[in-house]
Amino acid sequence: MAHTAAIHEDVMAPPRTRAAGAGVYSEKLGMWVFLGSEVMFFTGLIGSYVILRFAHPDSWKPPGHVLNIPVTAVNTFLLICSSVTMVKAFAAAQDGIQRALRLWLVATVLIGASFVGVQVYEYTHLIEKGFVPSEGLYGSTFYTMTGFHGFHVTMGVICMIYVTWRAFRGKYTKEDHRGVEVIGLYWHFVDLVWIILFTIVYLI
Amino acid sequence: MLIWFFLAALTAVELSVAFLPWPKHIIVLILVGMAFWKAALVGLYYMHLRFEPNRLRILAIAPLPLFAVLVLAVITEYIW
Repeated sequence: MAHTAAIHEDVMAPPRTRAAGAGVYSEKLGMWVFLGSEVMFFTGLIGSYVILRFAHPDSWKPPGHVLNIPVTAVNTFLLICSSVTMVKAFAAAQDGIQRALRLWLVATVLIGASFVGVQVYEYTHLIEKGFVPSEGLYGSTFYTMTGFHGFHVTMGVICMIYVTWRAFRGKYTKEDHRGVEVIGLYWHFVDLVWIILFTIVYLI
Repeated sequence: MLIWFFLAALTAVELSVAFLPWPKHIIVLILVGMAFWKAALVGLYYMHLRFEPNRLRILAIAPLPLFAVLVLAVITEYIW
C-alpha cells in the first residue's frame, strides 16, 4: 500500500524542472488566456466583416456619409487617453504611491464611462436618422461590431470600479498589485480592438 | 507619453488620409497599415508584450495566422 501511494504521489506532482504558468503569475496567465480567446472572437468578427464588405461593396456608404466621424474621432482620442491613465495607475502601483494610484484609476473609470456615454449618444442620433441594425449589411455589421466592443468597454468600466474601490481600501501595495496589472491588460486590449474597429468601420 | 503621442498623431494622420482624393485601395492599405502599427504599439508597450516571455507572446498572436487563413480562404470566392 505504501509503495502504491508513493507512486501515485509522484504521478500527481508537477514536473520539478519546469516553471509553472509560462513564467508569469497565475492571474496574469489567466487573463492572457482569456485575451487569447478574445483575439479569436474579434478576429472572427472582423474577418466576417471584411468578407461581407468585399462581397457586397455597394451596401456600404462612403466614410462620413452616415457615421459621425468627428464625434467618433474624439471618442477614439478618449480611449487612447484612458490607456495612458491606466499606464500611470500601474506605474503608481509599482512605486507604491497610493494617492496617485487612486487618482489615475478614477481618471480611467471616468474616461471609460465617457466613451460609453458618447457611444450611446452616437447610437441615439443614428437611430433617429433611421440608421438601424436592420438597415442591411451596413447597419447590422456596424451595430454588431461596435456593440460588442461597447459591451467590452462597459464590462471593463465595471471591473475598473471594483479595482478602484479596492485601491481606496489600500489593497494594492508596492509588493502586490496584481489586480491593477490584470485589469490594465484587459483595458489596453479593449483600446487595441477599438483602434482596428475605428479604421475599418468608420474610415474605410 | 511618447507612445500616447504616436497614437494620437497616427490617428490624426488617419483622419486626414481617409478623405484624400487618392485611389481607394491605396487609402485602404495606408489606413490598415497605420491601424496595425497603432495596435502593435499598444500590444508591445502598454501590454508589455515586448518585455514578456516568448511563450506569452505566442499565446497572444497565435490566433492571427488563423484569422488570415479564414479571410484569405473565404475571400478567394470573390476574387477568382
